[in-house]
Amino acid sequence: MPSYVPSSYPIGLQVNGEWRTIRVRAADTLLYVLRESLGLTGSKSGCDNGDCGTCTILVNGLPIKSCIMLAVEADGQHVTTIEGLIHSPVLQAFVQKQAFQCGYCTPGFIVNCHGLLSIHPDANEETIRIWLESNICRCMSYEEIHEAVKTVFTPKNAAKPTANGS
Amino acid sequence: MIRQAVGKSVPRKETWEKVTGTAKYVDDISSPGLLHAKIAVSPHAHAKIKSIDLSEAWKIPGVRAVITGEYFPVLTGSPLADRPPIAMDTVRYYGEPVALVVADQEYIAEMASLRINVEYELLPVVHSPLEAYQQDAPIIHQHLAAYKRHEEVYPEPGTNIANRTKIRKGNMDEGWKNSDHTIEIRVTLPQSDHAAMELRCSKAEILPDGKVIIYSTSQSPYVIRRAISQSFQIPLHKVIVHTPLVGGSFGGKSAIQMEYLVFLASRAVGGRAVKLANSRELDMISSPVHIGLDARIKLGCTHEGNIVAAEILHLFDGGAYSDRGVVMSRAAAVDCTGPYRIDNVHCDSLCMYTNHPYSTSFRGFGHPELTLAIERAMDLLADQVHLDPLEIRSRNAIGPGDTTPTQTILDRSNVGDLPKCIAKLKTLIHWDDQPIKQIDGHLIKAKGICCFWKNSNTPTDAGAGAIVIFNPDGSVNLLCGAVEIGQGTRTALTQLLAERLRMDDRMIQISTGVNTETDPQHWKTVASRSMFLVGNAVLKAADDAIEQLKNTASIVLGFSPAELNVGGGRVYFKNRPDIGIEVEKLVSGYKFPNGNTIGGQVIGRGSYAMPNLTLLDPETGKGNPGPEWTVGAQAVEVELNTREYTYKIVKAATVMDAGKVINPEFARSQVTGGMSMGLSFASREAFLFDQSGSILNTQLRTYKLIRYGEQPEYLVDFIETPYLEGPYGLRGIGEHGVIGMPAALANSLSTAVGVAINQLPITPELIWRAVHDSV
Amino acid sequence: MIPFDFEYYKPSSILEAVELFRHLLAQGKNPVYFSGGTEIITWARMNAIHPGAVIDLKSIPECNVMTFQENNLVIGSCVTLSVLSAVNPFPLLSETVIDAADQTARNKITIGGNICGKIYYREAVLPLLLTNSRIVIAGRRGMKEVSIHKVFFQQMRLESGEFLVQIITDRGYLSLPFVHFKKRQIGNVGYPLVTLAALKKDHQIRTAYSGVCAFPFRSIEIEQVLNDPALSREEKIEQAIVKLPAPVLTNAEGSADYRKFVLKQTMSEALSMLEGG
Repeated sequence: MPSYVPSSYPIGLQVNGEWRTIRVRAADTLLYVLRESLGLTGSKSGCDNGDCGTCTILVNGLPIKSCIMLAVEADGQHVTTIEGLIHSPVLQAFVQKQAFQCGYCTPGFIVNCHGLLSIHPDANEETIRIWLESNICRCMSYEEIHEAVKTVFTPKNAAKPTANGS
Repeated sequence: MIRQAVGKSVPRKETWEKVTGTAKYVDDISSPGLLHAKIAVSPHAHAKIKSIDLSEAWKIPGVRAVITGEYFPVLTGSPLADRPPIAMDTVRYYGEPVALVVADQEYIAEMASLRINVEYELLPVVHSPLEAYQQDAPIIHQHLAAYKRHEEVYPEPGTNIANRTKIRKGNMDEGWKNSDHTIEIRVTLPQSDHAAMELRCSKAEILPDGKVIIYSTSQSPYVIRRAISQSFQIPLHKVIVHTPLVGGSFGGKSAIQMEYLVFLASRAVGGRAVKLANSRELDMISSPVHIGLDARIKLGCTHEGNIVAAEILHLFDGGAYSDRGVVMSRAAAVDCTGPYRIDNVHCDSLCMYTNHPYSTSFRGFGHPELTLAIERAMDLLADQVHLDPLEIRSRNAIGPGDTTPTQTILDRSNVGDLPKCIAKLKTLIHWDDQPIKQIDGHLIKAKGICCFWKNSNTPTDAGAGAIVIFNPDGSVNLLCGAVEIGQGTRTALTQLLAERLRMDDRMIQISTGVNTETDPQHWKTVASRSMFLVGNAVLKAADDAIEQLKNTASIVLGFSPAELNVGGGRVYFKNRPDIGIEVEKLVSGYKFPNGNTIGGQVIGRGSYAMPNLTLLDPETGKGNPGPEWTVGAQAVEVELNTREYTYKIVKAATVMDAGKVINPEFARSQVTGGMSMGLSFASREAFLFDQSGSILNTQLRTYKLIRYGEQPEYLVDFIETPYLEGPYGLRGIGEHGVIGMPAALANSLSTAVGVAINQLPITPELIWRAVHDSV
Repeated sequence: MIPFDFEYYKPSSILEAVELFRHLLAQGKNPVYFSGGTEIITWARMNAIHPGAVIDLKSIPECNVMTFQENNLVIGSCVTLSVLSAVNPFPLLSETVIDAADQTARNKITIGGNICGKIYYREAVLPLLLTNSRIVIAGRRGMKEVSIHKVFFQQMRLESGEFLVQIITDRGYLSLPFVHFKKRQIGNVGYPLVTLAALKKDHQIRTAYSGVCAFPFRSIEIEQVLNDPALSREEKIEQAIVKLPAPVLTNAEGSADYRKFVLKQTMSEALSMLEGG
C-alpha cells in the first residue's frame, strides 16, 4: 500500500542567487516546488515526464528537466530559472528574432541554450542540435529559434560535438 | 511623418513577458485556499458502468468531494448535445471521465482518483470509421434521435452517423460519360493529437450571489460563458470567463470540456475555487483530439486532363462524441474537390462515431485531411494521363466565374489567384530546372506538390466587437475578445488600428488576456477569422473615434468635420496641415480657456458580423458557407534512403494568397509553424490502439513530434489579391500552412519510392511496408 | 505529480546505505535505491511503483568515481550519461549513451540507473557486455566484484538490498575498433527499434543488441555465426536472425517484421565496417 503520510523535509537551496529554505514533500518534484512554493512560474509543466523540456532549469549550471528531479535532491544546490536569466544574451536574441509564438516552451529553450552557451560558447551546429532537441516547440518550425541561437554562438568549425562541460 | 503600421514586422506586444518567464498562463495564477480536482477515467473503450465505489477515495484525508455523472446529469456538445461531462451508464472511449475528486492538494486529489473502483461490463468496440459504417456495426449512441441539436446537423439515428453532408452538383452520368480516364483511390489518416505545449487547465469559483468566475485555457471564452449558462441554467451575465495567454491550442482548446468539469467540481464544494489541470496523458486522450479520415475518391477527366467528374466519400473518425467533428465533416464537403473546377460532383461527407477519443477542431478544420485525399488522387490522375503534376493542377485551377461544390459563384475578391500561386511556386522550387526525381546511389531526391483552398465554415452569424479608448496622453487602449494563442493576433490588431488612426502602433495598448465581462464579444478565436472579424470591428471603432475627434475639433478649429483629417497625433485641416490641434487636447473633451468644456472622453465602438452567408441545402449542399477562400500551392522535397526507407525532408515551400500581409514576420512564422505541424503529423503522429481500443502512446516519449534540428529549409512567399470585405484586403492565413503538407509529403515520397503512399503517418516502416506489400 | 508519499534518505557511505535499506525493509517501507531517479519518478507518477522510502546514492563517494586504476577503468554507478560521454574514457560507451533519451535528461540519468532500470532498453549495458566488464555490488554481505555476465541476464539480477556501486572495464578494451548504431522509428530522440553495439577483438566480432527483444543481450551463438569464415555476409545475417534469444518486439516504435528488416540492415552495416583488417 502506498503511503498517505506526508513526509516533509527542510531544504536549503540557492535560487537565482538567493538562499531559500523551505519544507518540501519528498515526493514533490523540483518543478512543483519552484512553481508552488517559490512562486517561480516561468518554468512550465508540459509533461512531468522528462519528455518535453518546458521545465528546464540550471542545476549547478547544467540544464536539467526539473520535472524529473525531486526537490529534496536540490538541497544545497545552485538553481537558476528563467527568472534569473534576464540579462542573458540568449534572451536578447530571442527578442531580436521574435523566436517564440505562444511562449510556453520559450523559458525552457532559453535556459537550455543559456546553459550550453555558458559551457560551450563555441558550440557548433551539431552540438547545438544535440542540446536543443531536448525541448519541444509546437507552434513554430524551429527556424526562428535556430536564427536566434546562431547569433549567440561563435562556432569553431573543427569543434567536436560535446555533450557536457565537465 | 506618420509611421506606417500595416505591412511592417512589429514585435509582439507581450515579448518581454514571454522571454522572461513572467507571462502568466492559467496554471500560473494561484490563490490561497485553491482546491484541486482530478478525474478518474475509463480504462475501457466501450463498456457499461455497472457500479462505482467511491468509499476508498473518501477515506483519504483532505478529500472534499467525489462526484460521478449522476451528480448533475446533463448532455453537452455543440452542434449535437451527445456528451455527458462525466460518463453516465456507458463509457465510449478509453480515457473518458467517470468520476471527479476535489481535494486540498493536487496529489491528494490524484491519490483519491486512483482509489475509485468502477465495475464495467465490456461492450463490443468500434475501432474505425469504416467499421462504424458497416450495417451490422454496434451502435454507439442508442438515443441519437433524442439529442438536442444546436446548429445545422444531420445525424442518422439507428446508425453511427453523427452527421452527413451531401454535395450534389451537376450531372454525374454526364460527367462519367465525358471522362476518358478515371482513377479511384482510398486514402486514410488516423486520429492524432493537437499536443499544444500548455496542458489544458481551468479554474472555477461560484460566488455567494451565484456569479460564476472561470479561468480557462481556451480559444472560446464567450462560448464557455454561453455553454455554462445553458447547461447549468445560470443567467449568461452571471458567468464571467477569463482567458489569459494561451500556450498553443491549434483548435484543441476551442472545445468546451474542462470547464464543465471544473464548474461541477466547484459546485460540489459549495462554490469554492477549484483548479483542474490535465496531465499530458489525459490531455492527449481524455480531452478532444485531431480527427481521422478514411476517404474514397473517384475522378474522371478528358484526354486533355480536364477534370469533369468527382465522386467522394469521406468517413471521418469523429470518435465517441461528435463535438466539432460534425462541422469539420461538413467543411470537408464544402471544399471536397480541392481548388479545382469540376462541374459534376457527388460527395457524401460523414462524421462517424467510433470508440476512439472524440475529435474537435484541429488547425485546418477538415482541410488537411480532405486535401491529402484529393491531392493524392490528383497525382494519380496526372500519372494516368501522363501530365506533369503541376500542369494538371494549373489546368484545372479554380478561378473567377467558376462555381464551388456548394455552387457559390467565385470572383477575384472571394477566391484570390491560385494560378499565380502555382506559377510562383514553380519558380520557387525550380520545378522546371530539375527532374522531379533524382537518383544518386541509394539516395533518391523527389518533389511533391499540391494545392489547397479553405473557406471558414463559421456559423452564419459569427461576429465580433471592439472598443477603442483614448487615454489623456493620446495613447489608445484596444479592447477586444480575440485570444492570444501564440498567433500574434492581438499585436496585429493594434497594427490595423494604428494604420486607421494614423498613429504610432507603440502608442496602442492591448491586454494579454480576455475578460468576457469587459471585452466585447468575439465568437471564437478560430478558423483564421480573428483578423477578419475583430479587425473589421476595430476599423469601425477607429472610424467612430475619428468621427468624435473631428466633431470636437471642428468646433475648436472652425472647420467642418469633413474638412479635417486625423493623423500623427493631431486633428488638422486637410488643405493646411499646419492648422490643427493635438489629439491629447481632445480625447478627454476640449477645455476652452474660460473653462467651458465640450465633448468627453473619446471612446470608439465597432462591431461586425459576416453578411450574406447561408445554410447549406440538406439535399444538394447548395449555399454560401463562408466569406472568402485562401488559396495556395505547396511543395515538399525529400531525400529517401532506399536501404532503410528513412528520409529527410530537405525543403518545404508555400505560396499563398494572403490578400494583404499585415505583419510579414508573423505571417511567415505562422505559415512555417503550420507547415512544421503538418509535416510532423504526416510523418509520425498517430494514436496507436490495441485490440481493446486502449491507446498505447499517451506520452510525448512514444507519441513523437518534430524536434529542433529536423526542420527543412522553408520557402514561403505571399501574393496579395485583396479580399474586398477584409481589413486592408486581408484573408485568413493562420491555419493554412498546415493544409497541404501531408499531401505534398505523401506525393514526394510516393514519387521517390515509386509506390503509392496513401496513408499517414508516413514512417519509414510504412514506406517499407508499402514497398514490401507491392512486391 | 507523484500520488503518494515516501521517505527520503541520502547516505554518505556504502555501509550506511545498505544498513538503511535493511532497516527500512524491516519496517515494511519497501525501499528503493535512487540514483538519477528519473525512471523512479516517471514510474511513481504513473502509480506503477509504490516505494515507501528512497535511498539516494549520489553522496556515496565510490559511486561517483570515474578513474583509471592500474589497467582498469572504474566508473561509479552515479556518474551521469552526459559526463560519461563528455569525459569520454570509453568511446563505445560514450557513443552508446549519448543516444539515450536527450541531453538535458542525460544530465540527470546515471549509468547505474540506466542499467538497473525497468524500461527494457538499458542501452548502456551493451558495451559492458561486449567488454566482459565487472560489476562491483554492495549488499548485506559486503562488497563483491562479479562479471557482468553473472549478474546481467536480460536485466540486472540483484538481490534485495544490493546496489550497483561501480563498473570495471579492462583498459585493453577501450581502444578496440567498434561501431554503434541506434535506429529509431523516426527522428533523433526516442527509444530504439534496434541498437547494435559491436567491437572487434582478436579478429573476432562481438555484438550486443537492444530494442530487438524485450531485453538487451549479447549472444555467443550469434557471434559464432557472424565470425564463421565459411559463410557469406548474407548467410551470416540470415543465420544470426534465427538465433535471436527471444521473439522480436512489436511495440509503439515498430513491428517485429520491420525490426527484423532494420536489424539485418544494421548487422550488415556493422559487419562491413568491422570485417577485414
